[in-house]
Amino acid sequence: MSAYNFAFLDEQTKRMIRRAILKAVAIPGYQVPFGSREMPLSYGWGTGGVQVTASVIGPDDVLKVIDQGADDTTNAVSIRRFFVKTTGVRTTTRTDQATLIQTRHRIPETPLAEGQIVVFQVPIPEPLRWLEPRETETRKMHALEEYGVMHVRLYEDITRHGHVETAYDYPVLVNGRYIMRPSPIPKFDNPKLDRNPALLLFGAGREKRIYAVPPFTSVRSLDFEDHPFTIERWDQTCALCGAADVFMDEIVVDDKGGRMFVCSDTDFCERRRGR
Amino acid sequence: MDGDVPLLRARGVTRYYGSRVGCRDVGLDLWPGEVLGVVGESGSGKTTLLGCLSGRLEPSAGTVEFRQRDGRVVDVLRMPEPALRKLARTDWGIVHQNPRDGLRLGVTAGANVGERLMALGARHYGQIRSAAVDWLGRVEIDRERVDDWPETFSSGMQQRLQIARTLVTEPRLVFMDEPTGGLDVSVQARLLDLLRRLVTDLGLSAIIVTHDLAVTRLLAHRLLVMRGGEVVESGLTDQVLDDPQHPYTQLLVSSVLQP
Amino acid sequence: MYVAVKGGERAIANAHRLLAEDRRGDPSVPELSLDQIDKQLALAVDRVMSEGSLYDRELAALAIKQARGDLIEAIFLARAYRTTLPRFGATRPIDTGAMTIRRRVSATFKDVPGGQILGATFDYTHRLLDFDLIGGQRNRATSPDEPAPDGGDVAPGGDLAAPGGELAALGGRLPRVIDILDRDGLIESEEPDSDRRAVGDLTREPLDFPAGRDVRLQSLARADEGFVLALGYATQRGYGRNHPFAGEIRVGEVELELRPEELGFPITIGEITVTECQMVNQFKGSAAAPPQFTRGYGLVFGHAERKAMTMALVDRALRCRELGETPASPAQDEEFVLYHGDNVEASGFVQHLKLPHHVDFQSELVLIRTLRAEAEVRAR
Repeated sequence: MSAYNFAFLDEQTKRMIRRAILKAVAIPGYQVPFGSREMPLSYGWGTGGVQVTASVIGPDDVLKVIDQGADDTTNAVSIRRFFVKTTGVRTTTRTDQATLIQTRHRIPETPLAEGQIVVFQVPIPEPLRWLEPRETETRKMHALEEYGVMHVRLYEDITRHGHVETAYDYPVLVNGRYIMRPSPIPKFDNPKLDRNPALLLFGAGREKRIYAVPPFTSVRSLDFEDHPFTIERWDQTCALCGAADVFMDEIVVDDKGGRMFVCSDTDFCERRRGR
Repeated sequence: MDGDVPLLRARGVTRYYGSRVGCRDVGLDLWPGEVLGVVGESGSGKTTLLGCLSGRLEPSAGTVEFRQRDGRVVDVLRMPEPALRKLARTDWGIVHQNPRDGLRLGVTAGANVGERLMALGARHYGQIRSAAVDWLGRVEIDRERVDDWPETFSSGMQQRLQIARTLVTEPRLVFMDEPTGGLDVSVQARLLDLLRRLVTDLGLSAIIVTHDLAVTRLLAHRLLVMRGGEVVESGLTDQVLDDPQHPYTQLLVSSVLQP
Repeated sequence: MYVAVKGGERAIANAHRLLAEDRRGDPSVPELSLDQIDKQLALAVDRVMSEGSLYDRELAALAIKQARGDLIEAIFLARAYRTTLPRFGATRPIDTGAMTIRRRVSATFKDVPGGQILGATFDYTHRLLDFDLIGGQRNRATSPDEPAPDGGDVAPGGDLAAPGGELAALGGRLPRVIDILDRDGLIESEEPDSDRRAVGDLTREPLDFPAGRDVRLQSLARADEGFVLALGYATQRGYGRNHPFAGEIRVGEVELELRPEELGFPITIGEITVTECQMVNQFKGSAAAPPQFTRGYGLVFGHAERKAMTMALVDRALRCRELGETPASPAQDEEFVLYHGDNVEASGFVQHLKLPHHVDFQSELVLIRTLRAEAEVRAR
C-alpha cells in the first residue's frame, strides 16, 4: 500500500472532511453534508466512520476498532487491518489506552476520558427519515425546529404498546437544539452520550453526512414527562466475569434453548477477569 | 394594541396563470372576531385568492398584512419561509376541503389533535391525551375513538377531526376552503352548527371560501362575491343576500333552490 | 465452559485465500488475460467504465477479472480506485458533433443527411444461440444465399470524414438530426445556464435538492443500468409518459482536449468512445411561446445504446418540474431516482445486513419480552 497516501485519502479530501467535522462540532447534532468518497470497503460497512477516522488519525495515535462491542468481530478486524496497512499506527484492544476508537453499535463500558475521540459508524443519519422520506422537507424541519412529528411517533408508540417502540438508534436532543440519531447503539448506551468527556464524531458515508457531539455537551433521550426514558436490564450477570449493569450478548449454547449471557464489551470483560 | 388596524389587510391582490386571470385587484380587511365569506362559482378565483392570502401562492401583485399577537404588522408575502411556516403552525389554521389533506392518516386521532401541542413543546403524554380527548368531545366525536385511525372515520368525522387538529392551539385566524364540500346535507348542517359555535366560543376570525350561499348565511358576517377573478359585490351577509345589487349576485341568489 | 469467540483475523485471511482459489478455478483451464476481456467482452468493459466513472479499458478489464465477472463488484473496484487518483484538470466539453461515427441511426426521419449508418449492432440479429462460437469463430466463407456486404445503404462505418469519404461534402461532420428540427424552431433549444455557475461534480460534492440538470445527468450516467432501464420502461408504459422518439443515436470516438495552464492553448490528449442518444419528446407550449418538441439526453462511455436511451427517457421525466408537468410517477421523483440509482451504495447497504447485528437484536429481544410479559399480566 506504499503507493497510497497516509490513511488512504489524499490530503485535500482529508482537509475537506476536517472542515465538515469542524462545522459539525460548532453545531452539535447538526448533520453536515460532505463529499463522501468511494472507499475500498462497501458502503454500509463503515465507510463514513473510516473516512472520519482517516481524516483525524495521526502517526502517534493508538487505534481501537470494535463492532458489537468486540475487537475480534470480522468487520472490526477488517477495518483495523485497513488502518494498519495505510498508516502503520499502533493498535490496541484496551479502551483506556486508545486515543481513537472507531465503533459500530456500542459505546465501551469503560468510561472515556478527555482527549479521546470516538468515531461512530452511521447507516441512516436522519432521525425524521421514517416519518418524512424527502430530504428537502427534513432539512427544513431541522432548520425550523419543527420536531412535532417526532413526538407524534413517540406518542403513537405509547398509545399502542405502552412503551416507546425504539430499542436502538434512539433519538436524542443535543445541546437543547438538534434532534439526532446516535447510530444503532442500544438505548442502554444513550446515557453515556450525555456530557461525555470525549469527542464523539459520527460518519455516514453512503448518506454523506457528518455530525458531532463535542465534549461535555448535553444529550437527552426523547421522552414524555410521564413516560421517562429507561434502559434495558437483565436478571443475569456475565457468566465470565460476573458483571451486572452492562450490556450483554445472549449466547445460545445448546439445541434445547439453553442460554448464557456474557459482556458484549470484550475488553471490559477481560479487564475484570484480570487478563 | 392598535384598534384601528385590522387583523388581516389585503390590497390589490392579483394572480395570473400564464395569460389567464386567477384573481385581480382584490382588497379586503378582516377584523378580530369576524368571519368573512368569499363566494363564487368554480373558476371565480376564490380559491386562488385564499391561496394568496395564506401565503401558499405567490401573487403577481398586491400586499397582504397580518397583525401578530404582539401588535406588530407583518408582510405575509415578503416574510421569510421559516417565519411563514411558524405562523401557519401557531396563529393560523387551515381547514382543507378534503380532510385527508389536513390530517395524518397513519396516526391515531389523539396524535392528530396532539401534534400541534407537541410541536409547541407539550411533553406530558397524559395531558396531551386528555387535551385531545377533550377536543374530540368539543367537535362531537365519540371520545372512545381517540386511539383509532382517521382511516376508520366517516368523512364527516374526518372533517371534524381536522377542525379539532387545527383549532387545538386556538389560532387567531382560520382559512377554510369549502369546509362542507363533499359531505351529505345532514352532515353539512351539523358541521356548520359546530363551526358557528366554535367561532363564537373561541372568538375566531375566519375567511371561508365556498360556492354554497347557505354556508355563508349561517357563518359569515360579511361577504365578498367573486366572478371571473374580481370582486363584484361586498357587504354585510344579510344585506347582500337579501338585497343583491350586482346582476351576478342576483343571479346567484335567485338560483339557490328553495325547499 | 464457554470461551469467547476468537479467530476473526485468521478467518478473514483464510477467506481471502479461498476466494483467490475460486477466482482462478480449475488450474488446467487457461487463465483469462486482460486483453481477452477487453476485446471479447468489450461491452462488459464499457459498462464498468461508465458506472465506475473511470475511462480505462485495462483497469476495467482487471476489475472484471478480479470480481470474477460480477459487474457491480467490478464497478465498485473501479470507483474505489478512482478515489485515489489525483485530479489535475478538466477537459473541455467533448464535441459529439465531430465524432468519428461508427454507428448512427434516427427513428424520426426515413433518411437524413449522411445516411442511416447501421454499424455493428445486435438489433437485427435473430437471438439464436450460435453453436459455431463454441469451437472459436473461423473465418467463414459467405454462403451462396447471403449477399456479400457492400457499401450501398449499409455503410460499415469507418472514417467517413476522410477526403473523398461520404461526409467530405458535409465538412467532415455528420450533422445532427435534431439540428434539422432546431433550425425550424420546432424543438426547444439547448441553452447553457444563464447564471454561469460552475458545473456540479457529483463525485466531489454531496447531492443537494432540487438538483440541477448537470448533476442529474451525472447521476444517471453512472447509475445502475437495470434501475434506469426499469424506470425508462415504466415511463413508456404510462408512468410519466412523454411520447419519446429516438431523434438520434450515435456511437463513435471523440477527442479529449485539455488546456494546461502552462501552455495556454488546448492540446488533444486522446480519444474515447461514447454513445449519445437524443430523444425528441412531447411538445409543449405556453402563453408566450408556440409549442415545441422537448428533449431528453443520454451519454455514456463505450458502446451502450440501451443505457444511453433509457438515460434519455429518465432525463426527460426528471425535467417535469421545469416543463410545468405534475410529477406522478417514481421516474419523475428526483429524490427517489437520484438516491437509489447508485448500485455501489445500494449493494453495500443491502449486503451490510450480513454484518453482525446481535447487539441491536438483543435490545429488540429485551423489549419484546417486556411487552409480552405485560400483555400476559393484562390477560390474567
